[in-house]
Amino acid sequence: MSTGAPADSSRAEEVRLERAWQVLRGVHDPEVPVVSVVDLGIVRGVAVEGDSIVVAVTPTYSGCPATEAIEHSIVAAVDAAGLGPTRIRMQRAPAWTSDWISAEGRAKLHSYGIVPPGAVEAPARAPIRFVARPPPRLACPRCASSDTERLAAFGATACKALWRCRACGEPFEHFKPI
Amino acid sequence: MPASITVSSHPSVQYLLRIGDTCLIHAQRLAEWSGHAPIVEEDIALANMALDLIGQARAVLGRAGELEAELGGEAHDEDQLAFLRDERDFRNCTIVELPRGDFALTMLRNCALAIFLKLLWDGLAASSDGQLAAIAGKAVKEARYHEEHAAGWVVRLGDGTSESAARSKAALDVLWPYVAELFEDDAIDAAAAASGLGPRWSELRDGWHAAFGAVLAAAALEAPAERAFRSTGKAGRHSEHLGYVLAEMQHLQRAYPGGVW
Repeated sequence: MSTGAPADSSRAEEVRLERAWQVLRGVHDPEVPVVSVVDLGIVRGVAVEGDSIVVAVTPTYSGCPATEAIEHSIVAAVDAAGLGPTRIRMQRAPAWTSDWISAEGRAKLHSYGIVPPGAVEAPARAPIRFVARPPPRLACPRCASSDTERLAAFGATACKALWRCRACGEPFEHFKPI
Repeated sequence: MPASITVSSHPSVQYLLRIGDTCLIHAQRLAEWSGHAPIVEEDIALANMALDLIGQARAVLGRAGELEAELGGEAHDEDQLAFLRDERDFRNCTIVELPRGDFALTMLRNCALAIFLKLLWDGLAASSDGQLAAIAGKAVKEARYHEEHAAGWVVRLGDGTSESAARSKAALDVLWPYVAELFEDDAIDAAAAASGLGPRWSELRDGWHAAFGAVLAAAALEAPAERAFRSTGKAGRHSEHLGYVLAEMQHLQRAYPGGVW
Protein backbone atom coordinates (compact mmCIF):
# COMPACT_ATOMS: atom_id res chain seq x y z
CA MET A 1 0.00 0.00 0.00
CA SER A 2 1.27 3.45 -0.86
CA THR A 3 1.55 5.85 2.02
CA GLY A 4 2.33 8.80 -0.21
CA ALA A 5 0.15 11.78 -0.99
CA PRO A 6 -3.25 11.12 -2.64
CA ALA A 7 -1.88 12.25 -6.01
CA ASP A 8 0.84 9.60 -5.78
CA SER A 9 -1.55 6.81 -4.88
CA SER A 10 -3.94 7.65 -7.70
CA ARG A 11 -0.97 7.72 -10.08
CA ALA A 12 0.13 4.31 -8.74
CA GLU A 13 -3.37 2.98 -9.28
CA GLU A 14 -3.37 4.25 -12.86
CA VAL A 15 -0.09 2.51 -13.55
CA ARG A 16 -1.36 -0.71 -11.96
CA LEU A 17 -4.49 -0.63 -14.10
CA GLU A 18 -2.56 0.09 -17.29
CA ARG A 19 -0.23 -2.82 -16.53
CA ALA A 20 -3.23 -5.05 -15.88
CA TRP A 21 -4.67 -4.16 -19.31
CA GLN A 22 -1.30 -4.97 -20.87
CA VAL A 23 -1.27 -8.36 -19.18
CA LEU A 24 -4.84 -9.02 -20.34
CA ARG A 25 -3.85 -8.26 -23.93
CA GLY A 26 -1.60 -11.31 -23.61
CA VAL A 27 -4.29 -13.68 -22.25
CA HIS A 28 -5.58 -15.71 -25.15
CA ASP A 29 -8.87 -17.47 -25.78
CA PRO A 30 -8.17 -21.20 -25.31
CA GLU A 31 -10.33 -22.16 -28.28
CA VAL A 32 -9.36 -19.35 -30.65
CA PRO A 33 -5.79 -18.84 -29.42
CA VAL A 34 -4.99 -16.12 -31.95
CA VAL A 35 -7.09 -13.50 -30.16
CA SER A 36 -6.81 -12.15 -26.64
CA VAL A 37 -9.64 -11.67 -24.20
CA VAL A 38 -9.33 -7.92 -24.83
CA ASP A 39 -9.56 -8.39 -28.63
CA LEU A 40 -12.73 -10.44 -28.12
CA GLY A 41 -14.32 -7.68 -26.09
CA ILE A 42 -15.17 -9.93 -23.16
CA VAL A 43 -13.13 -7.86 -20.68
CA ARG A 44 -15.55 -5.04 -19.90
CA GLY A 45 -13.54 -3.23 -17.26
CA VAL A 46 -10.64 -3.38 -14.84
CA ALA A 47 -10.80 -1.63 -11.49
CA VAL A 48 -8.98 -1.47 -8.19
CA GLU A 49 -11.20 -2.31 -5.25
CA GLY A 50 -9.49 -2.29 -1.89
CA ASP A 51 -6.34 -4.39 -2.36
CA SER A 52 -7.72 -6.27 -5.32
CA ILE A 53 -7.81 -5.91 -9.07
CA VAL A 54 -11.33 -6.71 -10.25
CA VAL A 55 -11.76 -7.75 -13.89
CA ALA A 56 -15.32 -7.58 -15.25
CA VAL A 57 -15.92 -10.35 -17.80
CA THR A 58 -18.95 -10.89 -20.04
CA PRO A 59 -19.33 -14.44 -21.44
CA THR A 60 -19.76 -14.87 -25.20
CA TYR A 61 -22.33 -17.69 -25.02
CA SER A 62 -24.36 -18.92 -22.02
CA GLY A 63 -22.84 -22.36 -22.29
CA CYS A 64 -19.36 -21.48 -23.53
CA PRO A 65 -17.19 -24.19 -21.96
CA ALA A 66 -14.14 -21.93 -22.17
CA THR A 67 -15.60 -19.36 -19.75
CA GLU A 68 -14.12 -20.91 -16.63
CA ALA A 69 -10.76 -21.61 -18.26
CA ILE A 70 -10.62 -17.97 -19.39
CA GLU A 71 -11.40 -16.73 -15.89
CA HIS A 72 -8.65 -18.91 -14.44
CA SER A 73 -6.14 -17.69 -17.04
CA ILE A 74 -7.00 -14.06 -16.32
CA VAL A 75 -6.56 -14.46 -12.57
CA ALA A 76 -3.35 -16.46 -13.02
CA ALA A 77 -1.83 -13.96 -15.47
CA VAL A 78 -2.62 -10.82 -13.47
CA ASP A 79 -1.49 -12.48 -10.23
CA ALA A 80 1.72 -13.69 -11.88
CA ALA A 81 2.49 -10.12 -12.95
CA GLY A 82 2.41 -9.16 -9.28
CA LEU A 83 -0.66 -6.97 -9.70
CA GLY A 84 -3.11 -9.11 -7.73
CA PRO A 85 -4.88 -10.34 -5.76
CA THR A 86 -7.25 -10.62 -8.71
CA ARG A 87 -10.94 -11.29 -8.76
CA ILE A 88 -13.39 -11.85 -11.63
CA ARG A 89 -16.75 -10.18 -11.73
CA MET A 90 -19.19 -11.93 -14.06
CA GLN A 91 -21.07 -9.16 -15.85
CA ARG A 92 -23.99 -10.57 -17.87
CA ALA A 93 -25.60 -7.32 -18.92
CA PRO A 94 -25.40 -5.90 -21.49
CA ALA A 95 -25.11 -9.22 -23.33
CA TRP A 96 -21.91 -9.78 -25.33
CA THR A 97 -22.14 -9.10 -29.03
CA SER A 98 -19.63 -9.92 -31.75
CA ASP A 99 -19.68 -6.18 -32.54
CA TRP A 100 -17.36 -5.82 -29.52
CA ILE A 101 -14.52 -7.69 -31.24
CA SER A 102 -11.81 -5.07 -31.89
CA ALA A 103 -10.49 -4.17 -35.33
CA GLU A 104 -7.19 -5.75 -34.33
CA GLY A 105 -9.03 -8.89 -33.21
CA ARG A 106 -10.84 -9.07 -36.56
CA ALA A 107 -7.58 -8.79 -38.45
CA LYS A 108 -6.04 -11.56 -36.32
CA LEU A 109 -9.04 -13.84 -36.88
CA HIS A 110 -8.84 -13.29 -40.63
CA SER A 111 -5.15 -14.05 -40.82
CA TYR A 112 -5.79 -17.20 -38.75
CA GLY A 113 -8.31 -18.41 -41.36
CA ILE A 114 -11.50 -17.50 -39.50
CA VAL A 115 -13.76 -15.02 -41.27
CA PRO A 116 -14.61 -12.33 -38.70
CA PRO A 117 -18.27 -11.54 -38.06
CA GLY A 118 -19.99 -8.75 -39.95
CA ALA A 119 -21.95 -6.14 -38.05
CA VAL A 120 -24.98 -7.55 -36.26
CA GLU A 121 -27.80 -6.29 -38.40
CA ALA A 122 -30.94 -8.14 -37.43
CA PRO A 123 -32.79 -6.22 -34.77
CA ALA A 124 -33.73 -8.62 -31.98
CA ARG A 125 -37.36 -8.77 -33.07
CA ALA A 126 -36.91 -9.20 -36.82
CA PRO A 127 -38.92 -12.15 -38.11
CA ILE A 128 -36.99 -15.38 -38.47
CA ARG A 129 -36.82 -16.87 -41.96
CA PHE A 130 -37.22 -20.59 -41.80
CA VAL A 131 -37.51 -21.41 -45.47
CA ALA A 132 -34.04 -22.33 -46.60
CA ARG A 133 -32.26 -19.24 -47.87
CA PRO A 134 -28.52 -19.38 -48.37
CA PRO A 135 -26.74 -16.89 -46.13
CA PRO A 136 -24.90 -14.02 -47.86
CA ARG A 137 -21.61 -15.32 -49.24
CA LEU A 138 -18.38 -14.70 -47.40
CA ALA A 139 -15.02 -14.13 -49.01
CA CYS A 140 -12.64 -17.04 -48.51
CA PRO A 141 -9.94 -16.02 -46.01
CA ARG A 142 -7.31 -17.85 -48.10
CA CYS A 143 -7.99 -17.04 -51.75
CA ALA A 144 -10.58 -14.23 -51.35
CA SER A 145 -13.01 -15.91 -53.75
CA SER A 146 -16.67 -15.36 -52.98
CA ASP A 147 -17.59 -18.73 -54.48
CA THR A 148 -18.21 -20.11 -50.98
CA GLU A 149 -20.95 -22.00 -49.17
CA ARG A 150 -21.98 -22.67 -45.60
CA LEU A 151 -21.63 -26.33 -44.68
CA ALA A 152 -22.99 -26.15 -41.15
CA ALA A 153 -24.63 -23.48 -39.01
CA PHE A 154 -22.75 -24.77 -35.96
CA GLY A 155 -19.02 -25.39 -35.80
CA ALA A 156 -16.32 -26.73 -33.51
CA THR A 157 -17.10 -24.08 -30.89
CA ALA A 158 -20.31 -22.29 -29.98
CA CYS A 159 -19.12 -19.08 -31.64
CA LYS A 160 -18.32 -20.44 -35.12
CA ALA A 161 -19.99 -21.88 -38.23
CA LEU A 162 -18.33 -24.08 -40.86
CA TRP A 163 -17.88 -22.94 -44.49
CA ARG A 164 -16.15 -24.17 -47.63
CA CYS A 165 -14.55 -22.35 -50.55
CA ARG A 166 -15.45 -23.89 -53.89
CA ALA A 167 -12.64 -22.04 -55.67
CA CYS A 168 -9.67 -23.26 -53.64
CA GLY A 169 -11.43 -26.24 -52.10
CA GLU A 170 -10.46 -25.34 -48.53
CA PRO A 171 -12.84 -25.38 -45.56
CA PHE A 172 -12.84 -22.36 -43.28
CA GLU A 173 -14.63 -21.09 -40.20
CA HIS A 174 -16.86 -18.07 -39.71
CA PHE A 175 -17.10 -16.28 -36.39
CA LYS A 176 -20.90 -15.89 -36.11
CA PRO A 177 -22.36 -12.41 -35.76
CA ILE A 178 -24.57 -12.41 -32.67
CA MET B 1 -27.01 -42.36 -1.14
CA PRO B 2 -26.76 -38.69 -0.06
CA ALA B 3 -29.96 -37.13 1.16
CA SER B 4 -32.00 -35.26 -1.38
CA ILE B 5 -32.47 -31.56 -0.85
CA THR B 6 -35.78 -29.80 -0.45
CA VAL B 7 -36.17 -26.49 -2.21
CA SER B 8 -38.12 -23.41 -1.13
CA SER B 9 -41.75 -23.45 -2.18
CA HIS B 10 -41.72 -19.66 -2.59
CA PRO B 11 -43.43 -18.84 -5.91
CA SER B 12 -40.45 -16.84 -7.23
CA VAL B 13 -38.10 -19.76 -6.65
CA GLN B 14 -40.61 -22.14 -8.21
CA TYR B 15 -40.99 -19.87 -11.26
CA LEU B 16 -37.22 -19.93 -11.79
CA LEU B 17 -37.08 -23.71 -11.36
CA ARG B 18 -39.65 -24.11 -14.13
CA ILE B 19 -37.39 -22.19 -16.50
CA GLY B 20 -34.10 -23.73 -15.39
CA ASP B 21 -35.43 -27.30 -15.31
CA THR B 22 -37.08 -26.99 -18.72
CA CYS B 23 -33.74 -25.88 -20.20
CA LEU B 24 -31.81 -28.57 -18.31
CA ILE B 25 -33.95 -31.57 -19.23
CA HIS B 26 -34.34 -30.35 -22.83
CA ALA B 27 -30.54 -30.17 -23.00
CA GLN B 28 -30.21 -33.73 -21.68
CA ARG B 29 -32.45 -35.04 -24.44
CA LEU B 30 -30.60 -33.08 -27.15
CA ALA B 31 -27.24 -34.24 -25.80
CA GLU B 32 -28.34 -37.87 -26.15
CA TRP B 33 -27.80 -37.38 -29.89
CA SER B 34 -24.05 -36.91 -29.46
CA GLY B 35 -22.49 -39.59 -31.61
CA HIS B 36 -25.87 -40.69 -33.01
CA ALA B 37 -27.08 -37.91 -35.31
CA PRO B 38 -27.61 -38.81 -38.98
CA ILE B 39 -24.79 -36.52 -40.17
CA VAL B 40 -21.81 -35.09 -38.34
CA GLU B 41 -22.89 -31.45 -38.86
CA GLU B 42 -26.14 -32.17 -37.03
CA ASP B 43 -24.32 -34.05 -34.31
CA ILE B 44 -22.31 -30.90 -33.67
CA ALA B 45 -25.34 -28.63 -33.99
CA LEU B 46 -27.36 -30.63 -31.45
CA ALA B 47 -24.47 -30.67 -28.99
CA ASN B 48 -23.97 -26.91 -29.46
CA MET B 49 -27.63 -26.20 -28.75
CA ALA B 50 -27.58 -28.51 -25.71
CA LEU B 51 -24.57 -26.58 -24.44
CA ASP B 52 -26.36 -23.24 -24.77
CA LEU B 53 -29.33 -24.67 -22.86
CA ILE B 54 -27.11 -26.08 -20.10
CA GLY B 55 -25.48 -22.67 -19.77
CA GLN B 56 -28.91 -21.05 -19.49
CA ALA B 57 -30.02 -23.68 -16.94
CA ARG B 58 -26.88 -23.13 -14.85
CA ALA B 59 -27.48 -19.40 -14.74
CA VAL B 60 -31.18 -19.64 -13.86
CA LEU B 61 -30.76 -22.43 -11.29
CA GLY B 62 -27.88 -20.50 -9.75
CA ARG B 63 -30.14 -17.48 -9.41
CA ALA B 64 -32.93 -19.65 -7.94
CA GLY B 65 -30.54 -20.91 -5.27
CA GLU B 66 -29.41 -17.38 -4.37
CA LEU B 67 -33.01 -16.28 -4.14
CA GLU B 68 -33.73 -19.04 -1.63
CA ALA B 69 -31.11 -17.49 0.64
CA GLU B 70 -32.36 -13.94 0.04
CA LEU B 71 -35.80 -15.13 1.13
CA GLY B 72 -34.33 -16.38 4.38
CA GLY B 73 -33.95 -20.04 3.51
CA GLU B 74 -30.97 -22.27 2.85
CA ALA B 75 -28.96 -21.41 -0.28
CA HIS B 76 -28.33 -24.12 -2.88
CA ASP B 77 -25.92 -23.94 -5.78
CA GLU B 78 -26.67 -24.96 -9.36
CA ASP B 79 -25.10 -28.40 -8.92
CA GLN B 80 -27.08 -29.21 -5.79
CA LEU B 81 -30.26 -28.16 -7.56
CA ALA B 82 -29.50 -30.27 -10.63
CA PHE B 83 -28.16 -33.36 -8.93
CA LEU B 84 -29.76 -33.63 -5.50
CA ARG B 85 -33.44 -33.04 -6.14
CA ASP B 86 -35.86 -35.92 -6.53
CA GLU B 87 -38.10 -36.33 -9.52
CA ARG B 88 -41.13 -34.77 -7.83
CA ASP B 89 -39.12 -31.61 -7.13
CA PHE B 90 -38.29 -31.02 -10.79
CA ARG B 91 -40.49 -28.39 -12.40
CA ASN B 92 -39.81 -28.80 -16.12
CA CYS B 93 -42.63 -28.95 -18.64
CA THR B 94 -43.40 -32.57 -19.47
CA ILE B 95 -42.78 -32.18 -23.20
CA VAL B 96 -38.99 -31.95 -22.74
CA GLU B 97 -38.72 -35.23 -20.82
CA LEU B 98 -40.39 -37.39 -23.50
CA PRO B 99 -37.91 -39.80 -25.13
CA ARG B 100 -35.94 -38.22 -27.93
CA GLY B 101 -37.68 -40.28 -30.61
CA ASP B 102 -36.42 -40.00 -34.16
CA PHE B 103 -34.80 -37.02 -35.87
CA ALA B 104 -38.20 -35.64 -36.93
CA LEU B 105 -39.45 -35.60 -33.35
CA THR B 106 -36.24 -34.03 -32.10
CA MET B 107 -36.42 -31.24 -34.69
CA LEU B 108 -40.12 -30.57 -34.10
CA ARG B 109 -39.65 -30.44 -30.33
CA ASN B 110 -36.57 -28.28 -30.65
CA CYS B 111 -38.43 -25.87 -32.90
CA ALA B 112 -41.42 -25.74 -30.53
CA LEU B 113 -39.20 -25.15 -27.51
CA ALA B 114 -36.92 -22.62 -29.20
CA ILE B 115 -39.93 -20.51 -30.15
CA PHE B 116 -41.37 -20.87 -26.65
CA LEU B 117 -38.10 -19.99 -24.94
CA LYS B 118 -37.45 -17.08 -27.29
CA LEU B 119 -40.81 -15.57 -26.32
CA LEU B 120 -40.18 -16.31 -22.64
CA TRP B 121 -36.64 -14.82 -22.62
CA ASP B 122 -37.99 -11.81 -24.46
CA GLY B 123 -40.50 -11.26 -21.64
CA LEU B 124 -37.89 -11.97 -18.95
CA ALA B 125 -35.51 -9.38 -20.39
CA ALA B 126 -37.80 -6.83 -18.67
CA SER B 127 -37.82 -8.72 -15.35
CA SER B 128 -37.76 -6.78 -12.10
CA ASP B 129 -34.91 -9.14 -11.14
CA GLY B 130 -31.84 -7.57 -12.74
CA GLN B 131 -29.87 -10.83 -12.84
CA LEU B 132 -32.68 -12.72 -14.53
CA ALA B 133 -33.07 -9.89 -17.04
CA ALA B 134 -29.35 -10.10 -17.84
CA ILE B 135 -29.47 -13.88 -18.32
CA ALA B 136 -32.49 -13.47 -20.62
CA GLY B 137 -30.83 -10.74 -22.69
CA LYS B 138 -28.13 -13.22 -23.68
CA ALA B 139 -30.33 -16.30 -23.97
CA VAL B 140 -32.85 -14.72 -26.33
CA LYS B 141 -30.17 -14.41 -29.02
CA GLU B 142 -29.28 -18.08 -28.65
CA ALA B 143 -32.93 -19.18 -28.80
CA ARG B 144 -33.36 -17.26 -32.07
CA TYR B 145 -30.45 -19.15 -33.61
CA HIS B 146 -31.88 -22.48 -32.41
CA GLU B 147 -35.29 -21.61 -33.81
CA GLU B 148 -33.90 -20.73 -37.21
CA HIS B 149 -31.98 -23.98 -37.37
CA ALA B 150 -34.78 -26.26 -36.12
CA ALA B 151 -37.48 -24.59 -38.21
CA GLY B 152 -35.40 -25.10 -41.35
CA TRP B 153 -35.30 -28.83 -40.61
CA VAL B 154 -39.04 -29.04 -39.82
CA VAL B 155 -39.77 -27.54 -43.23
CA ARG B 156 -37.32 -29.80 -45.06
CA LEU B 157 -38.62 -32.95 -43.34
CA GLY B 158 -42.33 -32.10 -43.39
CA ASP B 159 -42.25 -30.98 -46.99
CA GLY B 160 -39.67 -33.61 -47.96
CA THR B 161 -40.05 -37.25 -48.94
CA SER B 162 -43.14 -39.32 -48.12
CA GLU B 163 -41.08 -41.05 -45.42
CA SER B 164 -39.89 -37.83 -43.75
CA ALA B 165 -43.39 -36.32 -44.01
CA ALA B 166 -45.00 -39.39 -42.42
CA ARG B 167 -42.45 -39.39 -39.61
CA SER B 168 -42.97 -35.67 -39.01
CA LYS B 169 -46.71 -36.15 -38.82
CA ALA B 170 -46.33 -39.06 -36.38
CA ALA B 171 -43.93 -37.01 -34.24
CA LEU B 172 -46.34 -34.09 -34.14
CA ASP B 173 -49.08 -36.46 -32.93
CA VAL B 174 -46.83 -37.63 -30.10
CA LEU B 175 -45.80 -34.11 -29.03
CA TRP B 176 -49.01 -32.17 -29.44
CA PRO B 177 -50.85 -33.34 -26.27
CA TYR B 178 -47.96 -31.89 -24.22
CA VAL B 179 -47.96 -28.43 -25.81
CA ALA B 180 -50.93 -27.07 -23.86
CA GLU B 181 -49.08 -27.39 -20.54
CA LEU B 182 -46.59 -24.76 -21.64
CA PHE B 183 -49.31 -22.12 -21.52
CA GLU B 184 -51.30 -23.22 -18.46
CA ASP B 185 -51.37 -20.59 -15.72
CA ASP B 186 -51.46 -21.07 -12.00
CA ALA B 187 -50.72 -19.18 -8.77
CA ILE B 188 -46.97 -19.19 -9.54
CA ASP B 189 -47.54 -17.33 -12.80
CA ALA B 190 -49.85 -14.90 -11.04
CA ALA B 191 -47.22 -14.18 -8.39
CA ALA B 192 -44.49 -13.69 -11.01
CA ALA B 193 -46.66 -11.28 -12.98
CA ALA B 194 -47.57 -9.38 -9.81
CA SER B 195 -43.96 -9.01 -8.65
CA GLY B 196 -42.67 -8.22 -12.15
CA LEU B 197 -40.39 -11.28 -12.07
CA GLY B 198 -41.69 -12.49 -15.42
CA PRO B 199 -44.70 -12.97 -17.68
CA ARG B 200 -47.56 -15.37 -17.13
CA TRP B 201 -46.84 -18.20 -19.54
CA SER B 202 -50.39 -17.98 -20.88
CA GLU B 203 -49.39 -14.60 -22.35
CA LEU B 204 -47.01 -16.44 -24.68
CA ARG B 205 -49.69 -18.71 -26.15
CA ASP B 206 -50.85 -16.56 -29.08
CA GLY B 207 -47.36 -15.60 -30.18
CA TRP B 208 -46.23 -19.20 -30.03
CA HIS B 209 -49.18 -20.50 -32.07
CA ALA B 210 -48.62 -17.81 -34.70
CA ALA B 211 -44.91 -18.59 -35.07
CA PHE B 212 -45.12 -22.38 -34.83
CA GLY B 213 -48.21 -22.42 -37.06
CA ALA B 214 -46.26 -20.56 -39.75
CA VAL B 215 -43.51 -23.19 -39.62
CA LEU B 216 -46.06 -26.02 -39.84
CA ALA B 217 -47.77 -24.35 -42.81
CA ALA B 218 -44.45 -24.06 -44.66
CA ALA B 219 -43.76 -27.69 -43.78
CA ALA B 220 -47.15 -28.84 -45.14
CA LEU B 221 -48.00 -30.15 -41.67
CA GLU B 222 -51.17 -29.61 -39.70
CA ALA B 223 -51.52 -29.16 -35.98
CA PRO B 224 -53.58 -32.00 -34.47
CA ALA B 225 -56.83 -31.13 -32.68
CA GLU B 226 -56.48 -30.04 -29.07
CA ARG B 227 -57.56 -32.58 -26.47
CA ALA B 228 -58.66 -32.25 -22.85
CA PHE B 229 -55.53 -34.00 -21.50
CA ARG B 230 -53.11 -31.75 -19.56
CA SER B 231 -49.65 -32.82 -18.51
CA THR B 232 -48.45 -31.52 -15.12
CA GLY B 233 -44.65 -31.53 -15.06
CA LYS B 234 -44.53 -27.88 -13.97
CA ALA B 235 -46.29 -28.95 -10.77
CA GLY B 236 -43.85 -31.83 -10.22
CA ARG B 237 -46.15 -34.61 -11.46
CA HIS B 238 -44.19 -36.08 -14.35
CA SER B 239 -44.46 -38.74 -17.00
CA GLU B 240 -42.79 -42.11 -16.43
CA HIS B 241 -39.78 -40.91 -18.44
CA LEU B 242 -38.19 -38.26 -16.19
CA GLY B 243 -37.00 -40.70 -13.54
CA TYR B 244 -34.78 -42.44 -16.09
CA VAL B 245 -33.31 -39.12 -17.28
CA LEU B 246 -32.47 -38.21 -13.68
CA ALA B 247 -31.06 -41.66 -12.88
CA GLU B 248 -28.49 -41.17 -15.61
CA MET B 249 -27.88 -37.46 -15.00
CA GLN B 250 -27.59 -37.71 -11.20
CA HIS B 251 -25.86 -41.06 -10.83
CA LEU B 252 -22.30 -39.80 -10.33
CA GLN B 253 -23.16 -37.16 -7.73
CA ARG B 254 -25.37 -39.59 -5.86
CA ALA B 255 -22.74 -42.35 -5.90
CA TYR B 256 -19.77 -40.07 -5.21
CA PRO B 257 -21.19 -37.12 -3.23
CA GLY B 258 -19.38 -33.86 -3.88
CA GLY B 259 -17.13 -35.38 -6.54
CA VAL B 260 -15.46 -32.81 -8.78
CA TRP B 261 -13.50 -32.93 -12.02
